[in-house]
Amino acid sequence: MRTLSDSAVGERPAAAASLPVTVCKLTKRYGAFTALKDVDLAIRSGEFLTLLGPSGSGKTTLLMVLAGFVRPDAGSVAFGEREVVLLPPHKRDIGMVFQNYALFPHMSVAGNLAYPLKLRGHGKQDIADRVAQALALVQLEGYGERSVDQLSGGQRQRVALARAVIFEPRILLMDEPLSALDKNLRERMQLEIRRLHDRLGLTTVYVTHDQREALTMSDRIAVMNHGQILQVDRPRDLYDRPSTRFIAEFIGETHCIPIEIQNGEASLFGRALRLATPLATTASAQALVLRPERLQLLSADKPTHDLNTIDGTVRQHVFQGDSVVTFVSLPDGHDIAVRHPYGNDSEHLQPGTAVRVGIAPRDTIVVPAENATATASGRA
Amino acid sequence: MSTAAANDLSIASRGERHSLNADALKRSERGEQVRLLALTLPALLLVGIVALAPIGWLSGLSFVGPNGLTLVNYQRLIHPSYELTLITTFQLAFLVTALCLILGYPLAYLASQMSSRGASLVLLCVLFPFWTSLLVRTYAWLVILQRRGLVNTWLRDLGVIDEPLRLVHNFTGTAIGMTHIMLPFMVLPLYAAMKNISPDYMRAASNLGASPIRAFWNVFVPLSRPGIFAGLIIVFVLSLGFYVTPALLGGGRVMMWSMQIERSIAVYSDWGAASALGVVLLVITMGILWLVSRLASIGSFMERA
Repeated sequence: MRTLSDSAVGERPAAAASLPVTVCKLTKRYGAFTALKDVDLAIRSGEFLTLLGPSGSGKTTLLMVLAGFVRPDAGSVAFGEREVVLLPPHKRDIGMVFQNYALFPHMSVAGNLAYPLKLRGHGKQDIADRVAQALALVQLEGYGERSVDQLSGGQRQRVALARAVIFEPRILLMDEPLSALDKNLRERMQLEIRRLHDRLGLTTVYVTHDQREALTMSDRIAVMNHGQILQVDRPRDLYDRPSTRFIAEFIGETHCIPIEIQNGEASLFGRALRLATPLATTASAQALVLRPERLQLLSADKPTHDLNTIDGTVRQHVFQGDSVVTFVSLPDGHDIAVRHPYGNDSEHLQPGTAVRVGIAPRDTIVVPAENATATASGRA
Repeated sequence: MSTAAANDLSIASRGERHSLNADALKRSERGEQVRLLALTLPALLLVGIVALAPIGWLSGLSFVGPNGLTLVNYQRLIHPSYELTLITTFQLAFLVTALCLILGYPLAYLASQMSSRGASLVLLCVLFPFWTSLLVRTYAWLVILQRRGLVNTWLRDLGVIDEPLRLVHNFTGTAIGMTHIMLPFMVLPLYAAMKNISPDYMRAASNLGASPIRAFWNVFVPLSRPGIFAGLIIVFVLSLGFYVTPALLGGGRVMMWSMQIERSIAVYSDWGAASALGVVLLVITMGILWLVSRLASIGSFMERA
């Protein structure tokens, strides 16, 4: 399959001046439910920023406010220097890809692409040229005369993308655009969308609840919950340094276990933890973030060097093709998961065998535990 | 290992004659079809006996005279009075259909955009007249529109008019009454079609730069077309054959095709003539429906291009 970057496309401004988006003190309530609570967010020009959060976290509401479909109760939205919070959606000049694509079923593919250009009074020939360019951009040359319901899911996705950028907007919004596609296609489209973004240089705001998608595509990720932005960071920083237990559990296959804090020192089951960076707070309720791929199984007699160690018993092995996940029960009843490559002889450890789990100090992440009652079960 | 092999063996031996279970599966499918048919049969019989058979019998009757097969029933229709009736009937049907669309579309749009509670209230108001008898509603219009009726009294009291307007016992009154009676038949299919239009289409249009008015004409109206056609056809066909309301509100001055049919039977006891009138109406109606469906498909084809 050809990639976007080597597909033949006519002259097109490589990066039509993109715009930064500044959101300030944005608040939206629906009755007693607060969808957005004093949200501040500065999106850089040309950046791919993902709003990530569980359903009901406010990420879609925030996107709808940016698009102009939802009027906030208070706050400011600026594209560049221009305040747009009072501007109706059809005057905002921003591209958008809808969750269900919202391609007009009564128009052909070309008709859909031509519509925003017709509204802007482009000439017939100009429209035809631009439609052909846009179709080439998403590798759908020759599909112009098809009707929308003759297209597959992936093709519709591409048409929606082409329609959103054909009028050269400077900001592109995407509302979970890949959620209707199957896994393989979704992963391919993630890369294609990212390449298209790099090619056009648009400021892109992408909404998803899929943490892996967010990690794959974004320059920065804003994690939202309960109508607030909890942390905005680059994917790696977010993964390595989650600021709260919620973020730690939402991103990656995480298990959190509570640790003891005494005199500013962290310890687990009475054993002091070696940390690469000092504790951020001295709060008494904090949790250790354990990611399966960062843990290793050690046989009980092996020297542990300078690893932090946790003792437990093997409970179960789960075969996942490329890897095997071993669940280990800890003395306090928590289960943690350790991932190792398939073919590793750890699999011969029978359930019930005592094992020692090792974790390097630089992978030892401690976060404040917001709710002490939360279980240690991880989220996918 | 050994159990798996044994399993394979038993499957192979059971399926050796034919594909495994193919006969039983086919029987099961046929049984299902038979049961489905059995469930449908009463309705099919009813339609056959109550609707299709009389239509066939009636059209047969129209070709039979005192001396065997004849076309005399049809020849008689070539007469200015029948021509006038036909023109009146179609004029009225077209006018009523157009008025129903003009009045019904905004109403259905309102209902489709409201919360479900508001929508049920609007639809209730539309449907409410359905629960009163057609005759009652028609007489109510007579009361409202007649010389000393509500409308004329009010207009005179307000000083808008000196002489009472002739609102009833003529074409105007018939059109008003029929439009009222037919409105629900337009609103309901329109509402159903509009309710199916995802709000994302309108959002997409406005995101692409369409003002609300343009988005409405370019996106909403085309997407509501199935409802428009359904409503137009139902109202038009019902109007063509309407009898009660035109008879009462027309006051004998508005001659509809259905009244000619009634007169042929009630006054002249001429079943052949009445049948011929019925057949002509049926054929013309079907011709129009065919034309409309052709236009609709051409229309949607043009839109694609």
